[in-house]
Amino acid sequence: MRNWWLISLWFFSALAMAGVEVHEFKTPEQEQQYNRMIDELRCLVCQNQNLADSNAELAQDLRQEVYDMIQQGASDQEIIDFMVARYGDFVLYRPPLKSTTLLLWIGPFVILGVGVLALLLYIRKRRGIKEPELKEAELEKARRLLNNDRNPS
Amino acid sequence: MWRYLAPLGIFIVLVIFLSIGLKLDPREVPSPLIGKPAPSFTLPSLTQADQTVSPEDFRGKVWLLNVWASWCVSCRAEHPVVNELARTGEVIIVGLDYKDGLKEGIEWLRQRGDPYIASAYDEDGRAGIDWGVYGVPETFVIDKRGVVRYKHTGPLTMKDVTDTLLPLVQELKKEPA
Repeated sequence: MRNWWLISLWFFSALAMAGVEVHEFKTPEQEQQYNRMIDELRCLVCQNQNLADSNAELAQDLRQEVYDMIQQGASDQEIIDFMVARYGDFVLYRPPLKSTTLLLWIGPFVILGVGVLALLLYIRKRRGIKEPELKEAELEKARRLLNNDRNPS
Repeated sequence: MWRYLAPLGIFIVLVIFLSIGLKLDPREVPSPLIGKPAPSFTLPSLTQADQTVSPEDFRGKVWLLNVWASWCVSCRAEHPVVNELARTGEVIIVGLDYKDGLKEGIEWLRQRGDPYIASAYDEDGRAGIDWGVYGVPETFVIDKRGVVRYKHTGPLTMKDVTDTLLPLVQELKKEPA
């Protein structure tokens, strides 16, 4: 490819753009709070990334919003309430237990229960199967067949 | 018998769940704003210098807030529909130009037509955050008492307008201010 260097430049520029925001915090606790919050909150544009990972414009804006709120001394709960009031529970990676999210929380356990039940039924059924009883002549025939198989002549 | 019916049953259940999953749009995040007072803002007007636009200006009327931007590709597809909706005269539409360049925004309306009774210019996207905007275009329906009643995420189509927006607007117009 003739323009490989152009393409590589393009990639590097994207890397250079990522994480350019440098925030200064008054205390290490505030920095921890900032990192904790952007780790907990979902980016709504990319959906499977949190605010910390996302490079989307909205994520940048929301990171700035979180930073500003922390500078004003907001608590974790205040920041979460702010985001939920605007974007709904979806913005949280750990949604609260509500009637609408009940299936989300108990669904995996229900599926696990069904799986365990199926396994138990299967084991019980297996236990019920008896080994077939063979006559001496049949056993002899089987032995001969097996031996033949082992030493093909 | 069970040996054959059980896998078939599991298969059918799987197909049902997967087909439901196909129809769901993960981008449709329910808005927590529905039923709540419209978030306030006071923003400069895009089209009329030294004027401001605020949701309070439209108190007592049923109105739409249409969030758009000149950099937004699907807004391009939506704009003729918004123009058409404005032409019906059924409802007033307020534009919110979200994180856009001033020149680009003005130029966009000049080229494609201006369906808005007023256009708010949200340069830094703060008003957008307050409205829970996460992907333009978005359209909100606000009632006479200034309560958000409906949100449409993504470009409007004529079908959305005739099947959902206009009937809802007619309903809301009947409500007391």
